[in-house]
Amino acid sequence: MLVRDLVKRFGDFVAVDHVSLEARPGEIFGFLGPNGAGKSTTIRILCGLLRPTSGEAMVAGLDVARRPEAVRQKIGYMSQKFSLYNDLKVMENIRFFAGMYSVPEAAMAERADWVLEMAGLRGRESALTGTLATGWKQRLALGCAVLHRPSILFLDEPTSGVDPVSRRQFWELIHRMAADGVTVFVTTHYMDEAEYCGRLVLIYRGKVVASGSPSELKSGATKGELLLIECEPLGRALDALQTAPGVLDAAIFGSAIHVVVPNAKEAITGLTKYLSGHQVTVSKIEPISPTLEDVFVALTTRQAEPGEAKKVL
Amino acid sequence: MPDADYAIKIDDLTMEFPGTVAVDHLSFDVKPGEIYGLVGPDGAGKTTTMRMLAGVLTPSSGSAIVAGFDVVSDPERVKHHISYMSQRFGLYEDLTVNENIRFYAGIFGVSSSDRERRASTLLQAAGMSPFGKRLAGKLSGGMKQKLGLICALIHTPQVILLDEPTNGVDPVSRRDFWRILYSLLAENVAILISTSYLDEAERCHRVALLHQGRLLYSDTPAELKKKISGDIVAVISPESRRLRDLLRGSQGLLNLVLVGDGLHLMVDDASRRVPELRARIESANLPIERIAEVAPTIEDLFVQAVEKEGARTGSG
Repeated sequence: MLVRDLVKRFGDFVAVDHVSLEARPGEIFGFLGPNGAGKSTTIRILCGLLRPTSGEAMVAGLDVARRPEAVRQKIGYMSQKFSLYNDLKVMENIRFFAGMYSVPEAAMAERADWVLEMAGLRGRESALTGTLATGWKQRLALGCAVLHRPSILFLDEPTSGVDPVSRRQFWELIHRMAADGVTVFVTTHYMDEAEYCGRLVLIYRGKVVASGSPSELKSGATKGELLLIECEPLGRALDALQTAPGVLDAAIFGSAIHVVVPNAKEAITGLTKYLSGHQVTVSKIEPISPTLEDVFVALTTRQAEPGEAKKVL
Repeated sequence: MPDADYAIKIDDLTMEFPGTVAVDHLSFDVKPGEIYGLVGPDGAGKTTTMRMLAGVLTPSSGSAIVAGFDVVSDPERVKHHISYMSQRFGLYEDLTVNENIRFYAGIFGVSSSDRERRASTLLQAAGMSPFGKRLAGKLSGGMKQKLGLICALIHTPQVILLDEPTNGVDPVSRRDFWRILYSLLAENVAILISTSYLDEAERCHRVALLHQGRLLYSDTPAELKKKISGDIVAVISPESRRLRDLLRGSQGLLNLVLVGDGLHLMVDDASRRVPELRARIESANLPIERIAEVAPTIEDLFVQAVEKEGARTGSG
């Protein structure tokens, strides 16, 4: 998949602003961004559902603006709602999606067999889909989305709300498909899901603001360093820290506060003193490594315009 | 409140629907000034529990006292002493942000001076002060969720029930959300919040981990993590699939998960196994950027508990 200078305007509003991306076969590509950042618009363009205003998008070797129909035959799509028919049997769902994706009759039996095997649904061909446990349903939806052997698979928050055991099994399947050369394109708000992606691209206000592997983003992308502070009372400490000198961001994590500062080691003494001046008792203050969520928040708020960023910057 | 120690106290709460037990003998309590999380995947029984505590669903058995009132014998009085934000909280899309807030303040009988003071604090905490005149229907998903929270919190009940308020909300808005919740604790309210994002458990004072209607654990996030038997080791490598094949069956390896840029391993003892694993990887000539022990997450505990229980999760 190759995207160059993609732009989509709706009237005066620029939903996608010169986005360029490149994903290799077998890559698991995570696409992150706040609500309204331009993620869904980009994906609708890549799926051939929406024409770009300008720029170029090649999906599986096809130009999406010129050959949207052909593109749709090369991609698979699975949303968080799974879009299965609950009142159809497992096998009926498989046949329905095979028809939709024009899987040739001759290949049908082999493909159906593959889905049943992959999803662990052998022996349950006649079960009503609605009665399946979430984990099975999810793997059936995945199977239905790839019946036609797409070279690119789009997943929209695929494991949101799914129990962690099923989620790990699901990602195991995704990694297997990627090993077979399928490019997997994941959109999510869920930082736990983002951890499973090989490369992450963060989009904000229509623009790509960062990209890299999860570990690269964690080590390089936050503006400063992170301190964990355990103290009492928490509410007063948070209020005080929002306006403390040198503090770039402060957020509550359970019984602790994460604070972004330019230099964690140097800030410890000053912040301890500052907090005790605000009648806050500090029981623990130590440097920690950032989570993907810290990265996400740091990068999106850094991009915000100065007037809007008052709370966090 | 008859029993001031508890804002919510439930014992053996059970809800059976035909063919399924949605909530299975659940017991826990929430104290004033505490944020308590109901954490678990879809189908764990979170919404059913919330609805019973809000007095809108009668339990099959067991008891629940909310803000001093019994949800079975006195559901109407429960409703008057709580704020309940369901997953489909009704905002009026053709009213502005301010009009929605005024509407809910009216329903809850909030005086106009209280309303103005509270609305302005909440809007500011949500980062929504400039949007008072915008139509609710024109807000982004995250802002709509925050407006729902503001409307639910425009009065000051002793107990606040929030059913998956952060579902589908991006991490920046989610932080605003939690900031608002923490600011309410100064008023000594009790907050019960449900979420399917396991990492949100970290933000609660105490959590109940739920799975298929049953309580797996209830404790503080820090105590929960101590219950994990084993250490987590992160390996960063471009050759994660080959590494996995190499390391499978290694001594002391309890669990192995492929992640984006490497592997997460659960081992019996990290200080002993990390050098062994490193040696094994190096002698196979596979590249690694880093191998180190990392802090366990609530998800690690959840997986361990479910696997131990041998619960049916659709794992075939």
